[in-house]
Amino acid sequence: MARLTTTILLGTALLATAACSKKRPEVLPPAPGGEVGSGTGQAGDGFAPGSRGDFERSVTSNTINFALDSYDIDARARSILDTQAQWLARYPNVPITLEGHADERGTREYNLALGDRRANATKNYLAGRGINPARISTISYGKERPVALGSDESSWAQNRRAVTIVLN
Amino acid sequence: MLLNHRLLALALLLSGTALSAQTAPPAPAAAPAAQEQGDELVVDVEGGISAPLGIAIPAMPTVAVASTPAGRTDELGRQLAQIVTSDLRNSGLFKPTSQLKDVAFGEVTAPTFDYWASASASALVQGFVRANGDGTLTVGCYLYDVFSRAELARQGFVVPPSDWRRAGHKCADMVYAKLTGEGPYFDSRVVYVSETGPKGKRIKRLAIMDQDGANHRFLTNGQSIVLTPRFAPNQQTIVYMSYVGDKPAIYVYDIGSGKQRLLVNNPNLTFAPRASPDGKWVLFSMAVAGNTDLYRVSMSGGSPQRLTESPGIDTGGSYSPDGSRIVFESDRSGGQQLYTMNADGSNQQRISFGGGRYATPVWSPRGDLIAYTRISGNFRIGIMSPAGGNEKLLTDEWQDEGPSWSPNGRVLTFYRQGRGGSGKADLWSVDLTGVNERRIATPLDGSDPGWGPLRP
Repeated sequence: MARLTTTILLGTALLATAACSKKRPEVLPPAPGGEVGSGTGQAGDGFAPGSRGDFERSVTSNTINFALDSYDIDARARSILDTQAQWLARYPNVPITLEGHADERGTREYNLALGDRRANATKNYLAGRGINPARISTISYGKERPVALGSDESSWAQNRRAVTIVLN
Repeated sequence: MLLNHRLLALALLLSGTALSAQTAPPAPAAAPAAQEQGDELVVDVEGGISAPLGIAIPAMPTVAVASTPAGRTDELGRQLAQIVTSDLRNSGLFKPTSQLKDVAFGEVTAPTFDYWASASASALVQGFVRANGDGTLTVGCYLYDVFSRAELARQGFVVPPSDWRRAGHKCADMVYAKLTGEGPYFDSRVVYVSETGPKGKRIKRLAIMDQDGANHRFLTNGQSIVLTPRFAPNQQTIVYMSYVGDKPAIYVYDIGSGKQRLLVNNPNLTFAPRASPDGKWVLFSMAVAGNTDLYRVSMSGGSPQRLTESPGIDTGGSYSPDGSRIVFESDRSGGQQLYTMNADGSNQQRISFGGGRYATPVWSPRGDLIAYTRISGNFRIGIMSPAGGNEKLLTDEWQDEGPSWSPNGRVLTFYRQGRGGSGKADLWSVDLTGVNERRIATPLDGSDPGWGPLRP
């Protein structure tokens, strides 16, 4: 768990770095050896192609949200997952983990099962978009890891989620 | 300290042996005149209508002051009386008097009843402490009816010094059981999840303590999330869930050795473990491709046997005390409701029909009730009959969850989640009347309490 969180933080740091570097791309010299991923046409932004940073820059979001006590993939979630599926199709060897989460207004054990449902519903959708399910592992955190800390509808809506984590 | 916590509970006939040399007069013969059937000293445990019973628990004198690894025997005598006082007061059924006086050793079996009657005490608990030549301690415990001047019960406990508090709990259990007619529960432990840190990243550690919060000990270091610990009936084994290695699964923890092992070795999420009353099985939930069902597996591991096959979430299983039935929650009807079935999964019947959702059912060790979390606005702790019906809600706060029964089936412990960004949670207890609600003090925050069986 500690390791996972560390890598999430690292990803955030990379994103922040990317945001800074975007403001001054012209003055930078080409990165030495940075041409490996030029085939994607997206190199030069500091992310190795196929990396987590590349994924998170390329997709609409790494997170989809769910309605109360639901694991339906709605239209907005589908459009997000479609951009994820496109990226995953481009890097067919990159494994991912889907985290399923629930809000605090459910009992602990039920929420573990609900988080598992959400992760698996997401996995099934991506599989339906042609992603090999063997690349996808799932983990449910139930209500253990909220991103929004309030006890209100807005926080709960943000916490009912599935997050795609690229394991590169 | 760990394995050989054998409490030698001897029903010593103290007047004939241990005390004969020192005590002057034997205990006065039970006065039969005042003891007609209807006049017996009893405590009403059902209604909570009558006032708590006045009781006096003076410091326990010692035969001769001696130093022990647990402290001096005279000091232990004072603390033992405090343990008995605290246990009885916390039950909500007793009102210990503060009008105490010193009791001479010879007075233990010859109480000054007139004084205790004037101190608003209907019952009197006296005792003594003695350091034995073999390093053990003997604690004598006597219960008297003040008005009839009769001895109601006596017991002696021989304990290693490290277990001295248990002698106090055993004494309180004797008093409680004699005066209420209920089973004892004070000499028991609670395993729970100690929590600290920010709400978005709580650090959770397995912890164990005596029922009254003493002898607190952390069992895991907090590097992995741990959830929902429960005792096995052998008192030495805890089943719980851990995220160690980012693979959430059920583990079996041995308190004596501090070692643990994975219970079910497969890639699926396994959770909600509960030991069977005979300790041979673990009832648990497993999520396979998004569908959660109940299974059981031998306590030693092996292949799980599937018990439910509904397309939905079946979890939170709990055995009846004879092991023949299981109560669980399922959302097969659209939302969480309670069901019972035979231990082999047959004869599944819904037992909850009220509004809102019902979750985390636990079968009382007495067999007569199911406790649960009721979700309808607030999360509340409730009880109902195993056949359904006779519902009674015991608490009413924003989020109370996860009840666990005391060994005598008269008290529930649960956790109360705070509202807002702190993530704070605390352990609480409530009795069946719903009146006696108390917070259980823990060093850090607490959740997921599992109340263990009465210790032998």
